[in-house]
Amino acid sequence: MSIQTQPPDPPPVAEAPKPEKAGLGDRLLGGARQLVVPVLSLFTALLIGAIVIILSDPVFIAKVGSNPGAALAAGISSVGSAYSGLLAGALGNPFKDITPVTETLLRATPLIFAGLAVALGFRAGVFNIGAEGQIYIGALFATAVGINFADMPLLIHLPLAVAAGFVGGALWGFIPGILKAQTGAHEVITTIMLNYISYLVVDLALRQVFFQLPGRDDPVSKFILPTATLPRLFADERLHWGLILALVAAVAVWWLLFRSTKGFEFRAVGLNPSGARYAGINISRTVVLTMMISGGLAGLAGASEILGTNLRLTPGFSPHWGFDAIAIALLGSSRPVGVVFSAILFGALRAGATPMQAQTGIPIDLVVVIQGLVIMFIAAPGLVRGIYRIKVAKTTGTEIFSKGWGA
Amino acid sequence: MKLELKGITKRFPSVVANEGVDLVVMPGEIHALLGENGAGKSTLMNVLYGLYQPDEGQILIDELPVQFNGPGDAIAAGIGMVHQHFMLIPVFTVTENIMLGVESTSGPLLALDRDAARQRIVDLSEEHGLRVDPDAYIEDLPVGVRQRVEILKTLYRHSNLLVLDEPSAVLTPQEVEDLFEVMRSLARTGTSIIFISHKLNEVLQIADRITVLRRGKVVGTTTPDATDEAELARMMVGRPVQLEVTKSAPRAGDEILTLRGLSVLDDRGQLAVNSVDLSVHAGEIVAVAGVHGNGQTELVEAITGLRKLEAGSIELGGEAAPTDPRSIYLAGVGHVPEDRLEEGLVVGFTIAENIILNSYYLQPFANGLAIQLDAVNKVSSELVREYDVRTPSVQNDVGNLSGGNQQKVIVAREFSRPLKLLVAAQPTRGLDVGSIEYIHKRIVAKRDEGTAVLIVSTELEEILSLGDRIAVMYQGRIVDILDPSEATPERLGLLMGGAHPEEGVVPEPVAS
Repeated sequence: MSIQTQPPDPPPVAEAPKPEKAGLGDRLLGGARQLVVPVLSLFTALLIGAIVIILSDPVFIAKVGSNPGAALAAGISSVGSAYSGLLAGALGNPFKDITPVTETLLRATPLIFAGLAVALGFRAGVFNIGAEGQIYIGALFATAVGINFADMPLLIHLPLAVAAGFVGGALWGFIPGILKAQTGAHEVITTIMLNYISYLVVDLALRQVFFQLPGRDDPVSKFILPTATLPRLFADERLHWGLILALVAAVAVWWLLFRSTKGFEFRAVGLNPSGARYAGINISRTVVLTMMISGGLAGLAGASEILGTNLRLTPGFSPHWGFDAIAIALLGSSRPVGVVFSAILFGALRAGATPMQAQTGIPIDLVVVIQGLVIMFIAAPGLVRGIYRIKVAKTTGTEIFSKGWGA
Repeated sequence: MKLELKGITKRFPSVVANEGVDLVVMPGEIHALLGENGAGKSTLMNVLYGLYQPDEGQILIDELPVQFNGPGDAIAAGIGMVHQHFMLIPVFTVTENIMLGVESTSGPLLALDRDAARQRIVDLSEEHGLRVDPDAYIEDLPVGVRQRVEILKTLYRHSNLLVLDEPSAVLTPQEVEDLFEVMRSLARTGTSIIFISHKLNEVLQIADRITVLRRGKVVGTTTPDATDEAELARMMVGRPVQLEVTKSAPRAGDEILTLRGLSVLDDRGQLAVNSVDLSVHAGEIVAVAGVHGNGQTELVEAITGLRKLEAGSIELGGEAAPTDPRSIYLAGVGHVPEDRLEEGLVVGFTIAENIILNSYYLQPFANGLAIQLDAVNKVSSELVREYDVRTPSVQNDVGNLSGGNQQKVIVAREFSRPLKLLVAAQPTRGLDVGSIEYIHKRIVAKRDEGTAVLIVSTELEEILSLGDRIAVMYQGRIVDILDPSEATPERLGLLMGGAHPEEGVVPEPVAS
């Protein structure tokens, strides 16, 4: 047996196994890598936001024909004042006045709850667009408890009202969950529809004697009793214990997802439903449970807002937190800690927008533009990678073509 | 066409996929490219097809250097590719599929000129012995004929160098014979063929020359009469490989698995398993042979609780078997599923999480609701070591492992507990020789522990080397159960194709 070997063939010794991937260092790097797309998305969104400010600046528009240099300078100065106004509104000078920071955190609180709700769903492969509706029903349930039971001590009344918020949201999440599990109805459709139903349910409920503030004809609830009110964290600031609950919820969701058997099931179903089925996991039950916990978390957003900030329920009290939550979950990579930071960022944008408008005349809508751009870039990571020419990790890059070869 | 690849080097950020690869394919030559997974065959072919630009080296066609910036350039230069997964549109006819992308038109309205295309296809198929009905719809054609359509597609585009990527993987032994006939006929008329495969016997049967790649480098080029399977395997793996499974005679014990009149529907509601009776005893391996798609998948899913029974019964150790996957697992049934990425693993989970995939809720991995990470890491690290999974850490995503190591994770999970019954579907599909050797050894070891083993495979070699009894499945029925001594590849091939060897008749494939 002869082999015409072109280069001399090395003796066939067993070669040392090559490690396929490195260990800890790579994982840390991987962690940092996960931040790249969100951070660059935000950066790019601010950059494009700046262009929008320049293009809509009245001085720029007036002068761009005659004196483009001056026009551009005016535009750039508007960008400067807009972003510094935004920053001042969101942060202020925390050493002198904590109000801007507490306002940011106040606005972040419901966003944390709702962001966790959507993120939990994502992890289990469920797209819960119904956080908005679950917020309303949660708020309604919390209100029902909060305006009643006058003689109950705070230590019982308040937890009961908060729990009622969770139950209300969970109930509203159960409906699309069971519909999906039993009939295959897609949760995106059912949750959107349930959002509309929830608005009307709240409107209808607030016109009933049980809820309606005596002497009013419009849908406004009675005031939450002091024993069911979330106490303030600082005497002169609106920020309340809802924030602490939201942070506790973030830790709880982290534990549930990454340290519990239920979370193992959620994530297995989310990553590979047929693999989960093979492993003996009941997918229907997991979907229903996910939707209930997700709905419950969204319900807590409503409860915390009514019991801590508004102290009475009105229709339209949520400025679309349930939808911002989708962006927050995406921006936070569906990780609880990421959700917390993303929610604070969105809270800061919201809190800073009003002072910015007051000081610079740049409309609040700019914040909506920036949020929209962030979502767009997050949803299209390829776009961000393309703009900044980021190389994709080996496992996803080179194997795309080679798959067809089966070799 | 004479093709010459000279010193091709292609680097990726973390690996050198090809290093100074030289390859010469002469006009009319059938040149086999042999190598394990990750040896660089795909990269080399992607370079040839213009999907990758080589970092060094050049491609010469008929002695002239060429530069391919994309598949379009390669096709224009006469290179045709037949992928393992066919790129055909099922609801189009053969003619429509072949002309797709290079449509000929006539008249001012640019109407499709099907007749002209059809005539060329008829001419081409007669010239090369590629029997195809040009008006048949793809969805009505058997796999072997679809492959002919793919080959015709490249010929229609004037290819004179064909690359066939694992072309025999989806075919019955008879269809493989037909394919080889076509390949020889093409070669006779001057078409060069690069034949990618990991099946050593086929390579020896059909190739004029064989080039073996290992870790991105050419190990050597040889001819079939100058080498044999053992030598080729050694060249591929870099060490001597035991190709034959050594096993003692089975010591069959009690009947563990009993199927009585089992009927199962497939996803479309068609009868996929048709009143099957089968038994597997402790300490024996029953191997189910058959061409893919003859009900084996559904049979395994029924036994493992993933598919409802339409009729009949399954007994485990003399009692009615549980019906859901979890209870079946707890009853001592191990399952190596057919598709490791679709079912066997959760990609995105770590290796450790995949090791506990179906026992995560049991002691010691869980205490109530809480997962016990220490126990998970300890047990999975031990298993990774014991089953020789090559990874620096059990915390790595299982998706980053090679196919062989992924399969070892599944084997570690399913084999590492006492089993009454082991069901393994395509346990070595797509794996390299070294991993196949390893997994076969483990399966035999499991049998020798007294486990009843049911293997489903489309690879004849695997069936013949593992099975203590061989059942052949055709169109949902077990058509015969043979003793390995009476099961020759020819006989099995005929049974798998639906013929009864006694009658010696092979039915013509439908609509071909």
